[in-house]
Amino acid sequence: MNQPLFSFPGGLHPAEHKAESNAAAIVTVPLSGRYVVPLRQHAGNSAKPVVHVGDRVLRGQTLAIPDGRISAAVHAPTSGRVVAIEPHPVAHPSGLADGCVVIEADGLDEPVAMTPTTWRDLTPEALRERLAGMGLVGLGGAVFPSHVKLQPGQTRIETLILNGAECEPWITCDDRLMRERAAEVLRGAEIMRHLLGARELLVGIEDNKPEAAAAMRAAAGPDIKVVVVPTRYPSGGAKQLIQLLTGLEVPAGKISTDIGIQVFNVATAYALQRAVELGEPLISRIVTITGQVARPGNYEVRLGTPIEEVIQRAGGELPGASGHLVGGPLMGFDLDSPRAPVAKGVNCIIVTSPELFPPHPTAMPCTRCGLCAQACPVRLQPYEMYLYAKAKNLDKAKAYNLTDCIECGCCSYVCPSHIPLVDYYRFAKSELAARDRDQQAAELARERHEFHLLRLEREKQEKAARLGRKASERLESGSVAPDDPEAARKKALLEAAIERARQAKEAAAPANIDNLTPTQQAEVDAIEARRKQAEQKETTP
Amino acid sequence: MITAIVIMAAIGLVLGIVLGWAEVHFRVAEDPLVDKIDKILPQTQCGQCGFPGCRPYAEAIAKHEADINLCPPGGEHGIRQLADLLGVEFKPLGAGKEPKPKAVAVIDENTCIGCTLCIQACPVDAIIGASKQMHVIVADACTGCELCLAPCPVDCIEMQVISENVNSWKWRYPVFPIHHEVARAA
Amino acid sequence: MIGSPFVLEKNSVRLTMVKVMLALIPGTLAHAWFFGPGIVVSLLVCGAFAIVFEGLALLMRGCCFKNFISDGSVLVTAWLFALSVPPLAPWWIYAVGLLFAVLVAKHLYGGLGQNPFNPAMIGYAVLIISFPNYMTHWPGPIHLVNHVPSLAESFDLVFAGQGSISIDAYTMASPLDTVKTLLRAGVPKADILANPVFGRLSGTGLEWVAGMYLLGGLLLLANRQITWHVPVAFLASVAATAGILQAVDPAYNMGPVFHLFTASVMLGAFFIATDPVSGCSTPRGKLIFAGLAGFISIIIRSYGGYPDGVAFSILIMNVAAPFIDAYTQPRVYGHARGGKVGR
Repeated sequence: MNQPLFSFPGGLHPAEHKAESNAAAIVTVPLSGRYVVPLRQHAGNSAKPVVHVGDRVLRGQTLAIPDGRISAAVHAPTSGRVVAIEPHPVAHPSGLADGCVVIEADGLDEPVAMTPTTWRDLTPEALRERLAGMGLVGLGGAVFPSHVKLQPGQTRIETLILNGAECEPWITCDDRLMRERAAEVLRGAEIMRHLLGARELLVGIEDNKPEAAAAMRAAAGPDIKVVVVPTRYPSGGAKQLIQLLTGLEVPAGKISTDIGIQVFNVATAYALQRAVELGEPLISRIVTITGQVARPGNYEVRLGTPIEEVIQRAGGELPGASGHLVGGPLMGFDLDSPRAPVAKGVNCIIVTSPELFPPHPTAMPCTRCGLCAQACPVRLQPYEMYLYAKAKNLDKAKAYNLTDCIECGCCSYVCPSHIPLVDYYRFAKSELAARDRDQQAAELARERHEFHLLRLEREKQEKAARLGRKASERLESGSVAPDDPEAARKKALLEAAIERARQAKEAAAPANIDNLTPTQQAEVDAIEARRKQAEQKETTP
Repeated sequence: MITAIVIMAAIGLVLGIVLGWAEVHFRVAEDPLVDKIDKILPQTQCGQCGFPGCRPYAEAIAKHEADINLCPPGGEHGIRQLADLLGVEFKPLGAGKEPKPKAVAVIDENTCIGCTLCIQACPVDAIIGASKQMHVIVADACTGCELCLAPCPVDCIEMQVISENVNSWKWRYPVFPIHHEVARAA
Repeated sequence: MIGSPFVLEKNSVRLTMVKVMLALIPGTLAHAWFFGPGIVVSLLVCGAFAIVFEGLALLMRGCCFKNFISDGSVLVTAWLFALSVPPLAPWWIYAVGLLFAVLVAKHLYGGLGQNPFNPAMIGYAVLIISFPNYMTHWPGPIHLVNHVPSLAESFDLVFAGQGSISIDAYTMASPLDTVKTLLRAGVPKADILANPVFGRLSGTGLEWVAGMYLLGGLLLLANRQITWHVPVAFLASVAATAGILQAVDPAYNMGPVFHLFTASVMLGAFFIATDPVSGCSTPRGKLIFAGLAGFISIIIRSYGGYPDGVAFSILIMNVAAPFIDAYTQPRVYGHARGGKVGR
């Protein structure tokens, strides 16, 4: 029990707004008629679909398999028919559509055969193999594929930390989960410890969740330490929680396993427990629905349920609702379309109203007051980074360690000038990332080009050698062919092929230009004329 | 007077020997200028600069035979880096050179006759195929140089602009009015 | 479109400025109590000029007039300026000082947040270099002078100049002036300190004003408007430098307590050197900035041509602030540099 407690610099105490949604028990949302399952619900590559439109799928059936190491499978949330595999609005800050498998549910909710495992009998290797296709990802919001994190690296994992801090305002899904299903969460954590071979298992919970901490303590065995940490945003950031519980910092550019620590969210532990002990892949999660809704609370939702439908289950929006936030108000994002489905990373949906979330006040110039630096949990100097990010001087922003920014939003929150600092950092960071990608592409192209030149040179030499040999052979035989019949034949063949292709192309011209009305014909003619003109303009310098 | 000259000459000789020795023994192998320039260029090998590839252009820049603003795919950022490296003023992209959105070449499978002409043109060997067999472009390796368009006898290659998706999406520059900026614009 | 965070603390530039002005009230009241109501008049005059100049500058620059005129920053400048220059000087003295402070030091550099120098101190420096005569006529403590101008008389003095009241009737050489001129003249220190212008710790009345500045500064500190680094480093450096100089040459130098409880040192430590725009922003940078400023203040006081050195020392350090900041960046999470990173 005497786990020493450390501290991290900076941080905030924003209004918590937890009471709205943490009073009622978790409600299971009844089956929906239609599910939209995004192929990318995790960090890394989109999953590769293995079902086709028209297929009947069962609950828990694999819809798509991981593509590459950093990727995760997705599964059917219920039984039904695949009606489409197409781009559909998803919960993403860009508001762009992404590939989804659309399932029309048949209401039977028929499951695939799920095989429970007695995990203590299995070696970590065998267990990991079973887990790889279960679609488990970090449910705290980062959605990193769990099977990758459960693979011990070169450094021995000493400490496994279970993250139940839930420091963002409004969100209470982990709180309710720990209160109601503490035993399952801790069994999941035991499996994680088994997989990683960790010696120590710590659970970090903020002191604004005494019920959750009590439930976890009651369920915890003697070798699990439940540590109550002071409520201070962002204690639930993995790096901050590590610092709070162990006093250690994850070195820049490295990951926590390099210092022998691994962190999982409590909801991930719960999902892992279900995957191992029930054989059920990740097809549902607990989502906090709060804000301007009739019945704020926590809802167990099948993945793929449209968000607007979940809000309906929570009693619908109250008058004055103006939008939706996914995640908390400090790190979440504005949802573009409520048609987007609940995905693995959606832990909270806040229905906003101008009263709850007043519009951003107009920004004033930075006065270097330094409040942002005092609030920064990673000890950055946000005002300097802002200066350079605003000037698009990316290198200089990077020199001020922009890449160490965790985008927690503390600096923007405290800024008396109301400057949207984190927006500038996100911009600069994604520009830097794009630049790195370009650099890598250039490197690849250079290598391929050098190889290309090498190949040409080699072929030239080989050809010269061959011709030399042939010439000497001919000289020896004494017969010199006047013209190469083979070359002429090839040329004729090529021309014939070109002609065929031309015809094919013409045949492939727009098919709907027959039987046009005179006005349509006139329009088509006008367009053709414009196109000709444009082409001429292009050719004449 | 004579002593002074002798002493100065002796000092000069000793220092000269030391410097010469240091030059040989403490030599730091540094990237030649051409390599540094080549590293900045985007390696599309597109020839839009008028040279047959990025390295020849880099060589020309190093010999002061070419200007630094001839590379459209490198964009403004590239010119800025070149200007920094060479210690010259930044200048906008040369006349008649427009940066295009990034694109990859795509072969229309129905029209391709398998002539291998594009394969020979591709500077990065990104086109796979054999004689009389349909060719395919490896999108990841394609630099968007457009060199394969001209040789194709049946015009079956098209440039497809890489559209933004959830993965390649970038956060936008905040278009949030800081006070005096608005005032200036107004 | 602005992304997260979607909630902000209820704070603003205006609120910060209001808090600074509230913290200045005790010191100002103490000044009025000990030196007469002149300070109230100069405060009003300075405030009016500052607002006019700020408005003019904003109009000329074509800025969003409404938000900037009400941000309160120019009032803080005016207030600090008014506390730095003698009350009851002719109105145009204040006008010239604030013209430089607001137009040159602030708006020519880009306005709020962009000025490399503290505007109030620029105004003060311009005046003490250009009109040293006016800048040395401080009203004496009310129980020591022949006549204390009333509020109405104070207005008269500022706007109409010397009327029936002789300037010698209400002004006295300030303690710092006295120290400077008499010590230079070779008068023994004990004789100088016998002058009633000196009180228990420092100048009569002024020590109370300094104490009230200290109180206001502590309020700002408690309200987390400033951090401890600047005041502590500044005062410690002033005390240490004065202590060393006194130890080296007791006959020629005043002690640390005298220097600490001069009004300008307390004002400088809590209200001027803490100006975030022109000062340092990193914790270690603040220590270096304020430490050196305190040191230079005392050096100027002891060896310079001017009786006080706080304004000059802070202006000198303003130049070095960006440089100091660049070399005192804190260790960022996960980066090694003396800190404990990893196992």
